[in-house]
Amino acid sequence: MSLLDKVANLGRSGIELIMGLGRAGLMLWGAIARKPRAKDFSLFVKQLYVVGVQSMVLIFVSGLFIGMVLALQGYNILVGFGTEESLGPMVALSLLRELGPVVTALLFAGRAGSALTAEIGLMKSTEQLSSLEMMAIDPLRQIIAPRFWAGVVSLPLLALIFTAVGIYGGHIVGVEWKGIDSGSFWSILQASVEWRQDIVNCLIKSIVFAVVVTWIALYRGYQVIPNPEGISKATTQTVVQSSLAVLALDFLLTALMFGR
Amino acid sequence: MEHKVITEPKPLVEIHNLSFSRGEHVIFDDVSLSIPRGKVTAIMGPSGIGKTTLLKLMGGQLTPDTGKVLFDDVDVNKCRREELFELRKRMSMLFQSGALFTDMNVFDNVAFALREHSGLPEMIIKRIVLMKLEAVGLRGAAKMMPNELSGGMQRRVALARAIALEPEMVMYDEPFAGQDPISMGVLVKLIRELSDALQLTSVVISHDVQEVLSIADYVYVMADKRVIAQGTPAELKASEIEQLKQFIGGEPDGPVPFHFPAQDYQKDLLG
Repeated sequence: MSLLDKVANLGRSGIELIMGLGRAGLMLWGAIARKPRAKDFSLFVKQLYVVGVQSMVLIFVSGLFIGMVLALQGYNILVGFGTEESLGPMVALSLLRELGPVVTALLFAGRAGSALTAEIGLMKSTEQLSSLEMMAIDPLRQIIAPRFWAGVVSLPLLALIFTAVGIYGGHIVGVEWKGIDSGSFWSILQASVEWRQDIVNCLIKSIVFAVVVTWIALYRGYQVIPNPEGISKATTQTVVQSSLAVLALDFLLTALMFGR
Repeated sequence: MEHKVITEPKPLVEIHNLSFSRGEHVIFDDVSLSIPRGKVTAIMGPSGIGKTTLLKLMGGQLTPDTGKVLFDDVDVNKCRREELFELRKRMSMLFQSGALFTDMNVFDNVAFALREHSGLPEMIIKRIVLMKLEAVGLRGAAKMMPNELSGGMQRRVALARAIALEPEMVMYDEPFAGQDPISMGVLVKLIRELSDALQLTSVVISHDVQEVLSIADYVYVMADKRVIAQGTPAELKASEIEQLKQFIGGEPDGPVPFHFPAQDYQKDLLG
């Protein structure tokens, strides 16, 4: 391949990237820039169940184990310095600032994001989206919008559940097993967690992740090449791209929030 | 069957000098045809010739490169989105796959467009849906899910859904493809009877020659990116055009060659 071809390929992928972003933007704009109807609420509630409630078990169990592992590793380090009383804030702050939003978003991309892509991709390949169009019903409004809002609402809530369960997991290991005083575990934890710095930032992070993961999942489904290979590729792309986007954005947001 | 002739001369759909291509690949080159009101018009042609694309062009889902598509004198490609949606309430399409919504049962599938557009109370919607299902013989399957139905039944449900809003025109995309003889017979009967009973304008896209010739009032045959013949089924059967004779007779070789263009056979084999 000559140098000129390489430059041409680079240019082509640049143009494709920008066109893709443009299409994704138009899709999202078409879906959410509408006056809501009464009917939209019931579609939203149904998706909230599918996207949010059905992810609960995964989030709950993962949160518990991650909290327990974090506490055990933390305890082993802290006990060497005689500061095992600080286990509470260590677990709580790690979860609130980083692990809660990030791990929840990664799990959400694997559990709900891939499901959204596959569902919409199959709807497209079985001509359900075309048939909505022909029935004078906008698929962006009927299919994309309720799923988008369900993702944006449920991921932050799931992140909070993950964090709370994780802290409880830390409590099980630190207090029940390793024998840290329960009173000091909770009181030091309470004293060191700040509303604005920790909890609000946790929510901001997970809302950003929610928008990005859901958006990628919906766009990948909507743009799928309607055959089995296309759907499998789109589902993989959803998980890979949204995971990378979450990790990169996490660094950016952390730098903005805690970098000073 | 004697078919009532509509005296109104203006066709419902007119396609003027339409050309359409996907990338480099030209699909239609200067095609003109018209769909008369209240009749069954068939568009036939070999597979892969873009018949489904033609339906999508009629429904405004695709935009032609040149030429225009008029539905009741309105240019479907010049409409704003809301106007196009208003037009689509007057037409409906039966997709080849049926395209039933897989998360709803049969009843809700048929009721879907009514609930979205008609504004009727649920009690009346229920009666309309049951009447449509009765018309396709599947009232008993109202509570079943689409994946519990056979392919032929799915297509009949899709047909009930397509006529739920009482459209002026129904477009059938390969309604007979992959059906057993009984389902095929049922669909042929349904399409003809519904067209007559509801005064529907029907557009049937198919390559099942005998079925199409048995129900169509008027037939267009497409090949090589354009319309190569048109007329009533009797006229087409009597036609002397070689390409048409090959298509209707189902002969493997003729003006449409059996072999896809390739380089010299001997050269290919001997390298």
